[in-house]
Amino acid sequence: MLTPKNNANQMRTRILVKIVEKFLQNRFAEADRIPLELRPKGEPFNRCCIYKDRAILKYRCMAGMGFAPEDETDELTTLKEYGQMAMERKSHADNKLSVITDACSACVKSRYMVTDACRGCFAQPCQVNCPKQAISIIGGRSHIDETKCIACGRCQDVCPYHAVIRIPIPCEEACPVGAISKDEHGKEHIDPDKCIFCGKCLHSCPFGAVVEMSQIVNVLKLLHDSDKKVVAMLAPAVIGQFPGTINQLISALKKIGFSDVVEVAVGADITTQNEAAEFIEKMASGEKMMTTSCCPAYYKAAEVHIPEIKQFVSHTQPPMYYTAELLKKEHPDCIAVFVGPCLAKRIEAERNPNVDYVLTFEEIGAMLVAGGVQVMECEPEDFTQISCAQGRRFPVSGGVAGAVASLVEGKAEYKPTAINGLSKANIKLLQQYATKGCDFNMIEVMTCEGGCVAGPGCIALAKKAAIMVENYVKNAPDLKEKA
Amino acid sequence: MDKIKVKICCGTSCFVMGASQIQVLEFEPPADIKDKIEIEESRCLNYCHNTAAKYNHGPFVEVNGELIEEANFEKVVNKIREIINGTIK
Repeated sequence: MLTPKNNANQMRTRILVKIVEKFLQNRFAEADRIPLELRPKGEPFNRCCIYKDRAILKYRCMAGMGFAPEDETDELTTLKEYGQMAMERKSHADNKLSVITDACSACVKSRYMVTDACRGCFAQPCQVNCPKQAISIIGGRSHIDETKCIACGRCQDVCPYHAVIRIPIPCEEACPVGAISKDEHGKEHIDPDKCIFCGKCLHSCPFGAVVEMSQIVNVLKLLHDSDKKVVAMLAPAVIGQFPGTINQLISALKKIGFSDVVEVAVGADITTQNEAAEFIEKMASGEKMMTTSCCPAYYKAAEVHIPEIKQFVSHTQPPMYYTAELLKKEHPDCIAVFVGPCLAKRIEAERNPNVDYVLTFEEIGAMLVAGGVQVMECEPEDFTQISCAQGRRFPVSGGVAGAVASLVEGKAEYKPTAINGLSKANIKLLQQYATKGCDFNMIEVMTCEGGCVAGPGCIALAKKAAIMVENYVKNAPDLKEKA
Repeated sequence: MDKIKVKICCGTSCFVMGASQIQVLEFEPPADIKDKIEIEESRCLNYCHNTAAKYNHGPFVEVNGELIEEANFEKVVNKIREIINGTIK
């Protein structure tokens, strides 16, 4: 993700590592030690005291085991018990993002504030330009009357001393669809009907209060305590997410128990072919434009928040669909685990019976760490099916539109654009495109800025991952020649 | 002046815990240190096996042989600047 590694998200990785470690040791018999091991006595803490740190860690562990903090019925239920319940559970947790109420700092409502940098100048542009007369001079300094302020930001724009600051609410700011909001106590809550699973709130909360329900225990159990053939389907964004090469990663994943590893880029090639055919057909029948459909967060956003654009969304299935279809055709009894950068893939998997579980790169990373597997030292192996350049470029912004372009070439007029990151502003732009028309007829939409390589489940730096994806593309066959 | 050797441990544990984020040094180093560093991505340096609190002290980076625990971009850059300032004087 674009947010750099910080205490909150590094802790999330550590929690996942600990959960895998406790599973491997003795199937969660000592899971209650996790908060103590992560916040040992005598070491610094981040919240008010070490005990609150540990209490919040317990909630974060619950989510890692697939239990929502708000579903807690008895505070005395131990992590060992949650671990056992997770082991006994037949299906995975309900997909949702939740806020740990006790971790949420109930940030003050977004507002403008005059800081010490105010010199109480003669010009007073803040006061002169305020449309609501909310600014008065008190004690030689500007003061904003919050009851009058409409948060337009004019005072901040005009202050020559940069004395006016805006204090945002990080999660609300990050959410592109207004799905997270305060209750009467100021605590944030996520509306599951509005949430598009983009994960932006999870990464933006400086208190690590937002969690999502992991399926890691379900997969661990299948890998270690069953005879099932479990296959990892690696999203195209996998390139650069782990040390070593992609070919070394195949054998690393087999070391932690997967029986086979396939590339979703192969499915992305099929998406490219179908989407190009669909585009040519639609343009021939006089439609004005088409948008991509492979980003599941955008797909839900279009359904729930941008009804105007819905009719233009491509009906072609995303790469995960075709990959899982191929896999289940060949091995009907296998368990298909999608491994990717994306949280929203979990809701896409809900409507696809061929996909059994969805894990993030971070979760797989935790499994490799706890399993003591050095990817860089693994023997390289080859994929049975080789993906093409088109499918391999899906995870970077512009990649999908570019792939489709290569197959449309000459068969229809192609005027592409890419919505790089689904922000509040870009949602408005899409609404405009749908209602007022635009100069484009192919709109690629990726919810994460930069593409899937910047997804919330990523480990690597997005920029570096993008470079490595481009290198991987260079070594690939061309879909045009293959077809 | 010899280049400052920055050795980033890219063992699985360090990589997953955030070493990947320090790699930004490779292609977007701050201007003042850009020409003065030499970066090496190393196999597991085995520090993770030697600590009592496993995984809790990575990622590990060596700057001219000096170990930085729980390394991040800032810490590594600060250490590099310290060395530069110390030697130039």
